[in-house]
Amino acid sequence: MKFLRMKPGHGEVLIAEGDVEVREDEERLVEEFRRQLDAGMWAAVPLNGKVRRTAQLARSFAEVPRDAERVIFFPRAAGG
Amino acid sequence: MLLALAATALVAIALLWETTAPRLAEAYERHRARRKLVATPDYDPGRERRAEARARQLLKSCINDEEWAMYRDLGFVRVWGMQCERPGGHDAPAGTPYAYLIYPHKPIVAYLPQTGRLLNEYCVAFPDETRPYGSARLPDSDDVLAKWMALTGDERRLIEMANLHLPGRQLDPRQIRRDLWRLRQWERERARAAVPAP
Repeated sequence: MKFLRMKPGHGEVLIAEGDVEVREDEERLVEEFRRQLDAGMWAAVPLNGKVRRTAQLARSFAEVPRDAERVIFFPRAAGG
Repeated sequence: MLLALAATALVAIALLWETTAPRLAEAYERHRARRKLVATPDYDPGRERRAEARARQLLKSCINDEEWAMYRDLGFVRVWGMQCERPGGHDAPAGTPYAYLIYPHKPIVAYLPQTGRLLNEYCVAFPDETRPYGSARLPDSDDVLAKWMALTGDERRLIEMANLHLPGRQLDPRQIRRDLWRLRQWERERARAAVPAP
């Protein structure tokens, strides 16, 4: 599983990578996930549905599907 | 006599000093401020282009082929609304299909595809306050992807967070109608191309 973060002037940046089946990797991913949310990011998992593609917003690492290949972090929405 | 003149001159100088000294000091500070180098990251068009190219690849990998082609050809993405009741409380019957147009760094526009009627503008931004290169603005395609993910992931949450305005507040309704016409033409063209020649 890869954690990508959108960044102004750069595009996405790989911030963490690991195998959720390996305990150390999973702990590292959980910690990084929490850090990103604490920093004001939203997390989304792109989904390849049969009918249409969508994304799932995850408020905690537990909401991320185990087989997700990537989680994309982006700044929280604000009224423009 | 001389002493009196000297005393008068001294008083005059003191009074003048009182009034001119602050102005002189301010002018000197202004002069220094103009010369002072303020460290701000330089705008690098190459970096911005590379960022946008990266963002386009990410967007392409997340949305479907039709949405990607739409963005590439028309500059916006249409997302169908999934709520039973349309946002904004309009008088069209519940269950009427509605959709959004997502533009980079512009409000999201809700409309009724059957009639082309514009419903609302939703002003929403994704500012990155860490400002890694001096700007909080994501590349265009990242902004589109952020809106797309937020809309398809939790439409209600995004709509509630956005500032709601009537059509025409930031985007010219004539431009939107022109874009909807272009979208119809584009879809017709694609449908025609998809049919194999006899």
